[in-house]
Amino acid sequence: MMGSENQGFEEAHLFASREEMENLVLDEPLSNHSSNNNNHQNNNSYSSYRSATSSLSDTTHHPLSPPILATPADSDPLLSPPLYRNPNASDNNSYIEPPSYADVIFSPFDENSVNEINGLESTSQNPESSLTLSRSPSSSSDYIKITVSNPKKEQETTNSIVPGGNAYYTYLITTRTNIPEFGGSEFSVRRRFKDVVTLSDRLAESYRGFFIPPRPDKNVVESQVMQKQEFVEQRRVALEKYLRRLAEHPVIRLSDELKVFLKVEGRLPLATSTDVASRMLDGAVKLPKQLFGESTAVVAPHEVVQPAKGGMDLLRLFKELKQSVANDWGGSKPPVVEEDKVFMEKKEWIHDLEQQLSNASQQAEALVKAQQDMGETMGELGLAFIKLTKFENEEGRFNSQKVRAADMKCLATAAVKASRFYRELNAQTVKHLDTLHEYLGLMLAVHSAFSDRSSALLTVQTLLSELSTLHSKAEKLEAASSKIFGGDKSRIRKIEELRESIRVTENAKNAAISEYERIKENNKFELERFDKERRTDLFNMLKGFVVNQVGYAEKISNVWAKVAEETSGYANDSS
Amino acid sequence: MITAQRSLSGSSQSPRSPSSQPYLSVSVTDPVKLGNGVQAYISYRVITKTNFPEYQGPEKIVIRRYNDFVWLRDRLFEKYKGIFIPPLPEKSAVEKFRFSAEFIEMRRQALDVFVNRIAAHNDLQQSEDLRTFLQADEETMERLRSQETGIFKKKPADFMQILKDVQSKVSDVVLGKEKPVEESNPEYEKLKHYVFELENHLTEAQKHAYRLVKRHKELGQSLSDFGKAVKLLGACEGQALGKAFSELGAKSETLSVKLQKEAHQLLMNFEEPLKDYVRAVQSIKATIGERANAFRQQCELAETMKLKEINLDKLMLTRSDRVGEAEHEYRELKAESEEATRRFETIVRLMNEEIVRFQEQKTQDMGIAFHEFAKGQARLANSIADAWRSLLPKLEACSST
Repeated sequence: MMGSENQGFEEAHLFASREEMENLVLDEPLSNHSSNNNNHQNNNSYSSYRSATSSLSDTTHHPLSPPILATPADSDPLLSPPLYRNPNASDNNSYIEPPSYADVIFSPFDENSVNEINGLESTSQNPESSLTLSRSPSSSSDYIKITVSNPKKEQETTNSIVPGGNAYYTYLITTRTNIPEFGGSEFSVRRRFKDVVTLSDRLAESYRGFFIPPRPDKNVVESQVMQKQEFVEQRRVALEKYLRRLAEHPVIRLSDELKVFLKVEGRLPLATSTDVASRMLDGAVKLPKQLFGESTAVVAPHEVVQPAKGGMDLLRLFKELKQSVANDWGGSKPPVVEEDKVFMEKKEWIHDLEQQLSNASQQAEALVKAQQDMGETMGELGLAFIKLTKFENEEGRFNSQKVRAADMKCLATAAVKASRFYRELNAQTVKHLDTLHEYLGLMLAVHSAFSDRSSALLTVQTLLSELSTLHSKAEKLEAASSKIFGGDKSRIRKIEELRESIRVTENAKNAAISEYERIKENNKFELERFDKERRTDLFNMLKGFVVNQVGYAEKISNVWAKVAEETSGYANDSS
Repeated sequence: MITAQRSLSGSSQSPRSPSSQPYLSVSVTDPVKLGNGVQAYISYRVITKTNFPEYQGPEKIVIRRYNDFVWLRDRLFEKYKGIFIPPLPEKSAVEKFRFSAEFIEMRRQALDVFVNRIAAHNDLQQSEDLRTFLQADEETMERLRSQETGIFKKKPADFMQILKDVQSKVSDVVLGKEKPVEESNPEYEKLKHYVFELENHLTEAQKHAYRLVKRHKELGQSLSDFGKAVKLLGACEGQALGKAFSELGAKSETLSVKLQKEAHQLLMNFEEPLKDYVRAVQSIKATIGERANAFRQQCELAETMKLKEINLDKLMLTRSDRVGEAEHEYRELKAESEEATRRFETIVRLMNEEIVRFQEQKTQDMGIAFHEFAKGQARLANSIADAWRSLLPKLEACSST
């Protein structure tokens, strides 16, 4: 799920030395650089928690948001740039060992890619990698880096009567890789969303049994309802995520389909997913022939490796449906059953996991919202007190008012600072907890892979049934014809045909069994990979979340401790 | 004298000085629900400790209810025009919160502060009504309380009228109405403007403070829910990672409790003082109204007196036999007019003193409130940091598996 760039396996070293920690502070914090304005905006679109992000990106009129505050911050003494942003500050070492996390400012997960979107080369080391467990120690040196950018509106050049024509968007897909199979180190193509759908469908056919990352939704409703700009941006982000996940998959990254998609300019040379109607038509054309035995009334071996509905072979569909009904309701056990107990247990466990992930993902979203609200309200409180401060200063007549104004300013400044911290904390939290959301999305792929397995098994079962039917037909015919001396020409011919069918079906059965076994292997491979990666990713999520919380809690605490100290005079007066 | 901004437990405040120094300290404690259904109300124990000679003894305990406090406030407002009478907590509008623990505690605290402010004020502490309030038995109190409701019921309407007058002199001129008599004191104008603006600013600040309390509660709730969900996920995962999740979930739930606690502290020690500040400003507005009344009276009487004087001169010239009567009337009127002037000037003098006292008091009150706020936030943030930090070694152990 996370970056596939690995600098080799590094032990998660939580208690790194101070210098190491300081070296990790790579980027200027968001608020201090106007050039980071874009980063701030783009970071927002990374998260799937829109409520959090939409207000994070709501920087145009909220006076508290750091990037816009550049001007007022200079002129308004109350909002002077925060002083804490010195990574080398040695104060507030609240924990002797390890160093204070307040000094470490973690840049967002995909900081590098954000820069790339803006055309900036990022050669900085990803801070996450040295602190987190990396997932694939073996493939440490090869990489594929994909970027999706530059959405452009284009016209459909088909022979449409309507002069305006259909407009659609294309995206520039840039790939950088050192994998030799790609035959190139950097290339770009333009693709539209339809192409992505095609890619996804072809992969699903070729890689049955694998956990193939699900493609972004078509979002038909949203594309009508949302602002075009926002929608296109959302889609761009989703596409990039999708392609990167494909590139991370150890098997799929080397697929022809992906290669072709990423590299071949112009029209995408993959078979488009023909619409359902025409496939139905094909199937309907075949059916009568099959029923009346004019063509081989069997499934050809090469077709067997496709799921039934993919090929829209109606007869086959009927047969397999019949078989599945027999499996479920029939008295006798099907000839081959899912016997792998381990697999069955795993399947159930996955189901449970999915529920827990869903639940946790929901609560994570609520948590993010609560943190967001806290930051906002804190900021508003600060603003209200700033107004009060100005008011008392302007209209004050007594010294006591001046003192009060100063106290209010102290509180207000702290509240504004704390508010900023809450928002930053939240931006990071969103990224960390997004892992839950992503794994939830991956569940679709898992279900898909499992259903590939079941449908392959069903095919095998169907063929076995058919085989046994054919055999018994053949036996009957032979028994009958043996009674007639000299044989019945037509009957003999029929027996020959049957024998031929049996042979073909036998081949098909063998092919189906190989396919089934292959898919089982894929499932196994993927489950192992899934286990390992999931554990790593979730662990990193936990750590990232916790470290983040600690760091910002310390910062916030410092801010308020200062105020408490400055107002400590009042404490002495009361009890 | 003790300011008693935050008497948290309501325990009686013992005098700091030996009995030779005059002291009067009060505590409002022990809220108890009495009565049934719609008639139900809360009663408080009011304990007075004093060595003032006018009082019956060193200690007296009486039972009072909210309306008794209202009676006291109204009496003081009538008798001590010009002084900013300490504000009372509002009657709760929402029925269902009337008996919630939080509301009762907030009200008790506010009532305690109310009485102690009166006790601490050099003029107000001499009030006979205060003595009655602190010492009279319950029957007497009930009688007095029901007596007054008739007369003072119109107060809110009166009050509104006064405010309208103060604020709408322009519209009156436009409408051709008789221009209400107003002071033409620029300093005072500034003060009035300040008071009205201040209320707006403070109300906004208080609103945000209240919202902040809510946010703490919400964050606490979401941490609790998150913790539970994470624990379940951990149970599913099992092994070291599962354990890590469980620990995270447990910490999350712990922090949830801390957040709820801090929400309560915030409510009592920050939001309530701000609300109290708003109420105090509203009390000042009431005094402003009284001053306007007094000024108008003084002017009217002065006018009437002048007319009477002119009339008297006329009568004297014509040697009317009504001169004596007119003289008598004139003298009476003069006395009244002088009285009205005196009253007005007293109010002006008192207000000037009060405003200084008010500003100082508020700086003090706010300083304490800010201090508590900052302390609470720092404490909370530290708890959060500590809790999460304690997880790190456990995560470290996880990673090595």
